[in-house]
Amino acid sequence: MDRIDAASHTRGESLFVDDMPQPAGMLYASVFFSPVMHGNIQRLCLQDARSVKGVVAVLTWENIPGENQIGSIIQDEELLAQRKVHYIGQPVAVVVAESTEIARKAAKMISIEIEELPAVTDPKEAFEKGCIIDTPRTFVLGDVDSMWQKCDLVLEGTCDTGGQEHVYLETQRARATPLEGNNIRIYSSTQSPSAVQHHAAKILGLASHNIEVEVKRLGGGFGGKEDQATPWACIAALVARVTQRPVELVLQRADDMKMTGKRHPYKSDFKIGATKEGIIIAYEVKHYQNSGATADLSTAVLERTMFHSTNCYYIPHVRIFGVCCRTNLPSNTAFRGFGAPQGMFAIESALTKVAEKLHLPREEIQVKNLLAERKEFPYGQRAEHCSIRTVWESAETNYQFQKIRKQVLHFNQSHFETKKGLAVMPVCFGISFTTTYMNQASALVHIYTDGSVSISTGGVEMGQGLITNITTIAATALGINPGRIKVECTNTTRIANMSPSAASSTTLLNGNALLIAINQILDRLKTLLAQELSVFEKEKISIMNEKVFVDAHDTGWAWNQLIHAAHQKRICLSAHGFFATPKIYFDKTKEKGRPFAYHVYGAAIVEITLDCLRGSYDIDSVKIVHDLGRPLSKIVDRAQIEGGLAQGLGWMALEDLRFNEKGQLLSRDLATYKVPDAHFMPDNIEIEFLQNEKGTLGPYGSKAVGEPPFMYGIGVFFAIRDAMRAFRPENDFNFTSPLIPERILLQLYPEYIKQTLDKNKNLSG
Amino acid sequence: MIPLIVRDSNFYMVQELHFLLNETEISTTAPSGIVALDYLRKNLRLTGTKEGCREGDCGACTVLVGELINNKVSYKSVNSCLMPLGELHGKHLVTIEGLNMSVLSPIQKAIVDKGATQCGFCTPGIVVSLTGYTIKGNRLTKEGFKKTLGGHLCRCTGYRSLKQGFDAIKEHISSESGVKSHVEKGIIPEYFLNIPARLARISEKSSGKVETPAEFVIAGGTDLYVQKGDILPYSRIDLLNTHPEMKNIVRKNNLLHVGALITFEEFSNHPEVIKAVPAIREYISLIASTQIRNRATLGGNIINASPIADVAILLLAMESTLILKNDNSMRSLPITSFYKGYKQLDKTPSEILAEIIFPIPDSATRINWEKVSKRKYLDVASVNCALKIKGEGGIIKKIHIAMGGVAPIPLFLKNTCDYFLGKQITRNAIEGAFPILQNEISPIDDIRGSSQYKRLLARQLIIAHFTRLFPEAVKVKDFYGPN
Ligand SMILES: Cc1cc2nc3c(=O)[nH]c(=O)nc-3n(C[C@H](O)[C@H](O)[C@H](O)COP(=O)(O)OP(=O)(O)OC[C@H]3O[C@@H](n4cnc5c(N)ncnc54)[C@H](O)[C@@H]3O)c2cc1C
Ligand code: FES
Ligand code: FES
Repeated sequence: MDRIDAASHTRGESLFVDDMPQPAGMLYASVFFSPVMHGNIQRLCLQDARSVKGVVAVLTWENIPGENQIGSIIQDEELLAQRKVHYIGQPVAVVVAESTEIARKAAKMISIEIEELPAVTDPKEAFEKGCIIDTPRTFVLGDVDSMWQKCDLVLEGTCDTGGQEHVYLETQRARATPLEGNNIRIYSSTQSPSAVQHHAAKILGLASHNIEVEVKRLGGGFGGKEDQATPWACIAALVARVTQRPVELVLQRADDMKMTGKRHPYKSDFKIGATKEGIIIAYEVKHYQNSGATADLSTAVLERTMFHSTNCYYIPHVRIFGVCCRTNLPSNTAFRGFGAPQGMFAIESALTKVAEKLHLPREEIQVKNLLAERKEFPYGQRAEHCSIRTVWESAETNYQFQKIRKQVLHFNQSHFETKKGLAVMPVCFGISFTTTYMNQASALVHIYTDGSVSISTGGVEMGQGLITNITTIAATALGINPGRIKVECTNTTRIANMSPSAASSTTLLNGNALLIAINQILDRLKTLLAQELSVFEKEKISIMNEKVFVDAHDTGWAWNQLIHAAHQKRICLSAHGFFATPKIYFDKTKEKGRPFAYHVYGAAIVEITLDCLRGSYDIDSVKIVHDLGRPLSKIVDRAQIEGGLAQGLGWMALEDLRFNEKGQLLSRDLATYKVPDAHFMPDNIEIEFLQNEKGTLGPYGSKAVGEPPFMYGIGVFFAIRDAMRAFRPENDFNFTSPLIPERILLQLYPEYIKQTLDKNKNLSG
Repeated sequence: MIPLIVRDSNFYMVQELHFLLNETEISTTAPSGIVALDYLRKNLRLTGTKEGCREGDCGACTVLVGELINNKVSYKSVNSCLMPLGELHGKHLVTIEGLNMSVLSPIQKAIVDKGATQCGFCTPGIVVSLTGYTIKGNRLTKEGFKKTLGGHLCRCTGYRSLKQGFDAIKEHISSESGVKSHVEKGIIPEYFLNIPARLARISEKSSGKVETPAEFVIAGGTDLYVQKGDILPYSRIDLLNTHPEMKNIVRKNNLLHVGALITFEEFSNHPEVIKAVPAIREYISLIASTQIRNRATLGGNIINASPIADVAILLLAMESTLILKNDNSMRSLPITSFYKGYKQLDKTPSEILAEIIFPIPDSATRINWEKVSKRKYLDVASVNCALKIKGEGGIIKKIHIAMGGVAPIPLFLKNTCDYFLGKQITRNAIEGAFPILQNEISPIDDIRGSSQYKRLLARQLIIAHFTRLFPEAVKVKDFYGPN
């Protein structure tokens, strides 16, 4: 089956929030934000903006009828700054006008006086100053302290891991319409309709049932619209309430980049102990997360960093420390991988140090320490249906890894200024929201008398292919043609209390809820059929290809006839299904439990070519083996793997997020912040699916696929480093990401930097 | 006509524009300075064209602009977010809505079949670009296809599925291409057949008179709209592309005269230019994207005076002369004396750059151009460098080097060139140039790189020039190998 909405995408007919027909009298909002990192607001002058012709209102926190609070996990985030500002880009006022142009122009006429306060941008500095969010956490397995002296070698190092801008092609946006009474309808580009509903109600001092949130689709989310679509939707709701007119708020790219949070940068200090054969005995890591100004989802992100700090390796003695450090940057947030990539980058760096010290190829250390069945993760869960070794071996044999390694060696011996580099990146990723209660979902199914089917779930379509998966599940379960099925937009009046579409769990949760709903209807239909056909065992009845069978016999009953008969017999053709992932829990007081329903495994071989004169590189190929269970739709899953990979490669080697010391974002637009393009991505991407249905709770044996492939991208860092070492084996390279041409070149030629710098000093002196 | 959304301000240049939008003839008094994207989305509510950045970097807003030349319409893909509406007068503007037929075109179908659309936000722009690429009439190649995709960002796919569309599309489009065969093959709708005749009728209509003096002179607008997009719709503008005389490339004796309005694409495809700078296609492909190159002009690159201006760097090394004109006078000056300081030019506000002239290199002269940027394609250089050199028996007889990203201006390396004159091409001679080079440049720290990085790159690119052009004389190993 093709993707459900693919054809309309190619025709430009798929509607995003601001593509919908405009209601009459619609207003446009623009946000005025803090120009400084930290300070007390002394004076806010709105007069000039208000007097611009076409401006309808300028709103501040004083116009908020309810509570000025949108913090999701911790209540530390104001919708509009009240007395203090904490980062550049923090919303302070909203200008509402007859057009976007007027609103933007008027917003520029707002002036603000701020008494500046000292600010921090570095997580370790924030930690030292005591600026942290929640309490630090520690996961422990075995006893690291007593093991160090038993190791043949103990190495220490630091990772300086860069952040990442989401660059969803569709920027943040929302539209709100006042309805009768106090009610408001919000069209939002959000991964969390219920979060928008909850916070908008709070802001407006209303009940949740007064707020209807509708989401048709997102032009990409990647986590950036999990928590951070909320402010814009709330602002739109506020304006609609105050002006009693429909309003639209669309962030322009540069504003979106300035005002919204990103993937968390981390500083991680590690210590690793191994035998001389390369068996890892002990590992200690301290993660200092740069959380930005507010908590947002940072504590949950940190938790996942800690869960994945040993990736797919078994290490008997581990101590993982993690802390969220509050800095004066836009609040960092969810982004595909949700903290896991930073944890994995640290362990991969530590393993690399061991390999380099022992003069062994990296992959030899990796393979010696792979996780095995029943082995314990530092958080207490044991590996079940662990396929990492099978994955590794398939990658090695199917792609002839040893041959590639030899070719690389040979190439490097025969070339001077061009070097090839190679790395394997295995991944183990836990599936579930690590906050246990979030692992629940609902679905609502209606079958109309003409036999057509309407499905609502709490999942949001954001390009990940959810509606295609949902359609596949429904068509398979009902035994009918997918053409009969329509997946509705996501709406809080049809589905209540949704968890966000995130954690790679959207299909797992919503798909299972859907199956539960469908099975209720099927059960009623089969009861009817049993009567009509005088069959005693309902289980013998099945529907396939729109026909009713008893065992393998076609009864002559067709879908339409069945639905018609059921309606005539007053049988309910609607059902609501609810699913909660079983057998998961986590005890934070002990930091032990079984947080994941299952784990997904895979591995990627990344090969690059480095131009050692210019410092630039090409990614030659990425070859992946991915444990996919039984895919619902190969085309959807493949796309998720390729897209995740692209973002991972970009994060590690290209996407250079930079702030200056004043906290101003330097990589502030798509001219200065580069994401992978068609040339950056290798033409040669091979993907093999390992079909291992064991252990999954996914509908029809499917497995989650949204996030794990992101981490294949980490391989490119180590592949480039491999090539750098081939050119300059004696140099000491750092673990600072992204490994952009500048960092490559400066590390290849440290002696010339000194020379040119000295020359420069002479000049100025 | 739906009224313009922007109501508050006095627009200049109110004039009647006539053009074809897909199948419809449009007459509008919308201001010339608004961008086509806003006109489509806001005035006409044609929402298939998307806005992802408003600065030419994402390609979501891509449209085709067809121009009648010798009774044929030639189509180019452009970023509608940087395209002044006023320039559409007499042209055919094609959006995704104008490409849709009752069944999917082979391009649309290939994207569906390969699973090359996910969230769909980037997709309409890509369909438009690929359609433009196939209409062009060139032989379809994998490389050309990839270059076309190079003008688009997609954050969902990894581009592999998009690239895979190539074979499926190529199957449908044999060697024969062009509008007629495209209509027959169901790649574009039938109404395209009548466009030449309809355009011929429209282009007779006048667009009215420009109010003078202009506050802004716009060539391709690819820089100006990024910098001043907010105010251009409300300003008096002069659209230079309505001056046809500045669009020629002519060879006179040993000199090549290039009109300032020549776009990057036109420049790099011109046979005389290819003769003069054989690797020009390769260089230009590293500058911006197809859509930008279809609009960006040589004149704009020179006047813009960005310290990393890629074409200006090449033209500096090519010993170019600039012809500046205003209403009543004309003068010429060497490009090497044009740049006075950061964005300061030897040019009065009323002067227009009309022409660039450079000598056609003789067969003993070699040229090389280097650019290093964070992302190889569609990115601005950290440092770029052009070299033109003539050697005789291993001795440097003539040398011209220009470097970008290392000074407030696109820099001609005069002292370094003086040093090289008369030298034998050896490792030692090149090493000897570095202290002079480092004295001559003054890079700063910015988002394109730290000053120390740029200083290192300056050195590396000089080595790159010589080792590339004279591999028999020097190798990278001579500089960095074990002694
Ligand atoms: C996405 C993107 C990528 C880019 N990538 C690159 C790149 O890789 N390398 C690079 O060098 N540049 C790049 N640019 C920058 C730039 O747009 C181009 O260099 C281009 O050459 C500018 O030409 P234009 O005709 O569009 O100029 P315009 O934007 O029309 O004008 C630029 C300036 O020159 C003036 N001007 C233009 N023509 C004349 C004339 N004939 N006489 C007098 N004044 C004139 C205008 O008034 C204006 O001040 C990029 C731009 C974008 C948007
Ligand atoms: S909107 Fe991104 S290129 Fe025009
Ligand atoms: S499909 Fe989402 S950006 Fe391309």
